[in-house]
Amino acid sequence: MDKARGGKQHGEPMPELLQFCVSGLTVGAVYALVALGFTIIYNASDVVNFAQGEFVMIGGMTTVFVAAAGVPLPLAALVAIAVAMGIGLLLHRLAIEPARGASAVTLIIITIGASIFLRGLAQVVFDKQFHSLPSFSGDTPIAFGGAAILPQSFWVLGGAAVIVVLLWAFFNRTLLGKAVLATAANRLAARLVGINTSFVVGLSFVLSAAIGAVAGILVTPITLTSYDVGTLLALKGFAAAMLGGMGNPLGAVVGGLTVGLLEAFGAGYISSTYKDAIAFIVILAVLFVMPGGLFGKASVERV
Amino acid sequence: MLKTVLAPRFAVPLVLAVLVVGLSFALPSNFYLRVAALVWISALAVIGLNLLMGYAGQVSLGHAGFFGIGAYAVAVLPAQFSLHPLLAALAGALAAGLLAYVVGRPILRLKGHYLAVATLGFGMLIAMTISNEAWLTGGPDGMPVERLTLLGWRVRGADTWYWITGGLLVIGAWIAGNLVASPTGRALRALHDSEVAARVAGIDVARAKLTVFVISAVYAAVAGAALALVNGFVTPDKANFMHSIELVTMVVLGGMGSILGSVAGAAILVVLPQVLTSFHDYEHMVLGLIMMVIMIVLRSGIVPGLASLLTGRRK
Repeated sequence: MDKARGGKQHGEPMPELLQFCVSGLTVGAVYALVALGFTIIYNASDVVNFAQGEFVMIGGMTTVFVAAAGVPLPLAALVAIAVAMGIGLLLHRLAIEPARGASAVTLIIITIGASIFLRGLAQVVFDKQFHSLPSFSGDTPIAFGGAAILPQSFWVLGGAAVIVVLLWAFFNRTLLGKAVLATAANRLAARLVGINTSFVVGLSFVLSAAIGAVAGILVTPITLTSYDVGTLLALKGFAAAMLGGMGNPLGAVVGGLTVGLLEAFGAGYISSTYKDAIAFIVILAVLFVMPGGLFGKASVERV
Repeated sequence: MLKTVLAPRFAVPLVLAVLVVGLSFALPSNFYLRVAALVWISALAVIGLNLLMGYAGQVSLGHAGFFGIGAYAVAVLPAQFSLHPLLAALAGALAAGLLAYVVGRPILRLKGHYLAVATLGFGMLIAMTISNEAWLTGGPDGMPVERLTLLGWRVRGADTWYWITGGLLVIGAWIAGNLVASPTGRALRALHDSEVAARVAGIDVARAKLTVFVISAVYAAVAGAALALVNGFVTPDKANFMHSIELVTMVVLGGMGSILGSVAGAAILVVLPQVLTSFHDYEHMVLGLIMMVIMIVLRSGIVPGLASLLTGRRK
């Protein structure tokens, strides 16, 4: 994630601050999208999907290879999103659905197995090299308040914002979205009012896969991609979702951006080798004070 | 029926001892003995983690951190302070236990996925310290470990280590079995079912959780120290979160709350990659596939799953 700070200028404090802010938000936007993917699947099915990072990888890698075959970039991106959605659906149908009713840990191990499988698949279908995509609108940094910002950063931030707005509209303005919310609130009650909850859970996997793929496509020109980028992203996205409060979409976005900013400021002002440590120290501190995350509700255990 | 035969705390270490002795005759070469020693070491760490996960119902995604502390204690202390490796291993186990005791209280107040992410962060802090403080630990490249000498006898050879690690495993399983059968073990199972109910029944929930957290950390550190001594070399990836996830996977794959399951889980994830290297590029695909299929078919893990299949057919 270092190329985002490519235009770093030393000396004046304000431009530096702005520079760290932009690079932190760019990386944070990707974490936020991964965290949103976690949240959507968790809400619909209580599954913590550790294969979430692989969707980001599939999005980036598929676009790279389809584009390399001569397909125009926008079309290649669409193909990649479709591929990711297909894999999301298969993941649900072949691995999660057959284990319905198994304990949460068992399901988590299944998704870890799936992520190892997908990583292995990617290294066979694609390769083990690092790949990049051309920036969508050039590589000339835009000077802004003394900081130099990569145009691709705006694509990542804008893309993330569009996805959040679309998701909000989907969940609040469409019948299907409300069916997903109803399933998240109470699966049995949702089934009783005629919602096909199995379909809804499948949909949540497809949706999460699409979001992850978009994140992967947007960020690949900045951070590069390879068959194994998914693991760390899943980890950061999971931490971000927890920081925000599991199951809370707003929390996922805030959590993701916070983790990104913490890393950027930690790397810039404290120590670049310990940037992940700084993010996790803050997460630990927050959880000690708010055991349910920033936006989590206190849960009551029934006996 | 089978369950009652296997359950007693003496039977499990006995079964393991028979397994260790029996395999020593069956395994054809030093290479196999070495892989088996690696299985015993992983199994030891997994038994500790299983006490925490399977009996107390608390997740830890940071146990490789404790594993790393044990491993690096054996590497660093003899090199820096010319401490005897056995004393260094003891110091590592103590340090891991102490650290678990200090961080356990605040961390174990968290539940479920929040506990998972907190332990994950904590484990990452340890791993990062190990790989960044290169002046002490050799950084990402790792560092060599002084050979173990006992009363002038240099401990070496795959067969020697096979017996030592096998012995450690049997002792570890025996202690774990006793712990499970003790009042603390009953308290753990009670709080696994319901923390509120356990508290109402008069169990000091925080203390019970902390006890098992410390014990499981010591198991991981001892396993780490053993691995460092066997390999003669340590690398930071053993403290890494991927190794933590591997340990958790071994627990669940083998069966939560089953000591024999811990050995089965460790055996699968240590032996499979060795077998699968012949699949070259398809290695990860096959490994992922096998993990998914086992978990779908035997949801409660290999040992409990097979046991219930067997007893189910007998009925």
